[in-house]
Amino acid sequence: MRLQQARQQILVLLQIIVNIETEVIMYSEKVMEHFSNPRNVGELENPDGTGMVGNPACGDIMKLTIKVSNDVITDVKFKTFGCGAAIATSSMVTELVKGKHLVEAETISNQTVAEALDGLPPVKMHCSNLAADALHAAIEDYKKKIEK
Amino acid sequence: MKRIYLDHNATTSVHPEVLDAMLPFLKEDFGNPSSIHWAGRNPKKAIDKAREQVAYLFNCDVSEIIFTSCGSEGDNLAIKGTVEAKKDKGSHIITTKVEHPAVLNTCKYLEKTGFEVTYLDVDSYGMIDIEQVKSSITPKTILISIMFANNETGVIFPVEEIGKIAKGRNIVFHTDAVQAAGKIPFNVKKLNIDIAVISGHKLYAPKGIGATYLKRGVRLTPLIHGGHHERNRRAGTENVAGIAAIGKACEIAVRDMKDESERLAVLRDRLHKGLAEKIPHVKLNGHPEKRLPNTLNLSFEFVEGESLLLNLDMKGVAASSGSACTSGSLEPSHVLVAMGIPHEVSHGSLRFSLGKDNTAEDIDYVIDVLPPIVERMRSMSPLYEASTGKAANISFAADNCKH
Repeated sequence: MRLQQARQQILVLLQIIVNIETEVIMYSEKVMEHFSNPRNVGELENPDGTGMVGNPACGDIMKLTIKVSNDVITDVKFKTFGCGAAIATSSMVTELVKGKHLVEAETISNQTVAEALDGLPPVKMHCSNLAADALHAAIEDYKKKIEK
Repeated sequence: MKRIYLDHNATTSVHPEVLDAMLPFLKEDFGNPSSIHWAGRNPKKAIDKAREQVAYLFNCDVSEIIFTSCGSEGDNLAIKGTVEAKKDKGSHIITTKVEHPAVLNTCKYLEKTGFEVTYLDVDSYGMIDIEQVKSSITPKTILISIMFANNETGVIFPVEEIGKIAKGRNIVFHTDAVQAAGKIPFNVKKLNIDIAVISGHKLYAPKGIGATYLKRGVRLTPLIHGGHHERNRRAGTENVAGIAAIGKACEIAVRDMKDESERLAVLRDRLHKGLAEKIPHVKLNGHPEKRLPNTLNLSFEFVEGESLLLNLDMKGVAASSGSACTSGSLEPSHVLVAMGIPHEVSHGSLRFSLGKDNTAEDIDYVIDVLPPIVERMRSMSPLYEASTGKAANISFAADNCKH
């Protein structure tokens, strides 16, 4: 019985290793879907908040603009220079955040975005997963503006 | 869907004639070439024949050919083998900043063990300065390792001049000729090359086989010790099928080189012209003339290379990019960076490397599908102002790329 359990555990571990190996070069279907048909591309006119993160020298830069009404994000658009993961995460974050209360939007992390896309290749988790940062920067910008 | 392969500098398909040449040694002629009985005879003959075919490509003697497993092994053997054999004469190596990792990382490893390495600069065309080669030589210099042609840009280095410099000073000259082999003629004797390395899978032989030219009289310590194979220079039972394959591939390369390189240069220039006419803000990376006939490296400003590659892939077109995002690092191609190309422009580079199966129709298809892709990606890019067709006026925080 114990042997069987151990065997099972080893199989699971092996599966994980195999997945990691193949994931390095493979995007999930969901990433590819968002990459091919990105939602909410563009730039809002007279946005209530703008967030820009990344640097083109590093291969990724994202610009996110939001409209806010009664503390709810009513509209959002993005522009991104970057790889497949950068574009897919940008698209996904706009979808996640549209119609959300600011308090709720602030809880969205880069991890949330990656999970909503059925995961990102490990190498992309750090370099191209900035969309939530852009969102937080936009919310920050909005808050600064209304304080004035 | 169409499938168009424009990544021949990464690897090539196996030529049908090469496959025919190697198959017997995976079937009935399975014997060990070192055996004296009947099973060893055909494999032994095949190796002898292949050695002649490869020697013909290099224009050297058959005794100067060592079969290896790949280009990386050849480069490791050349560099480590030379410095090991000559370490009592000196400890300095000269190479360039734009070498293949097989050379660069071998040199970096040797630096850790006490050798001194000079990495030569390149100019904005990716070309080295021959004067810098000369001025870098010290009394301790034992090896110059400079590639024949660059894999990313196709830039061809002044190998003949380097050969003369090395010869006059009794320094070993090694060249990684992996990309040049089969694309441009080279004569190791005329060029005064001491060690030249080629790889089978870049010239229509399979992966797992390479060949190294080692000039008679040049001393080299082997990497792999063992039996008496390859005149004690590389132990291990011979990869007979692979050797037969690289032999045939070299024969075909010599036979077809002139016509094929002319044909590919025409197609490559057609691709360059077609894309540059339809797409604004396209830059050539590399030297306009001193370049392999099959290689075209272009930067598409304001967009990132991996997203271009993914889009091209969806249209059936295979190419490659110098963007960091395709390598898993945050730094773009070391070759483009060494040329002084801004990082964001390097990230937007695509390399098209043509080969034997490409037709004018393939090229026209790419000229058709790529411009709308670039336009769409630019419309999504915060760096580009679609209304004016110019760079967007944005500022961003300086970032050390460690997100």
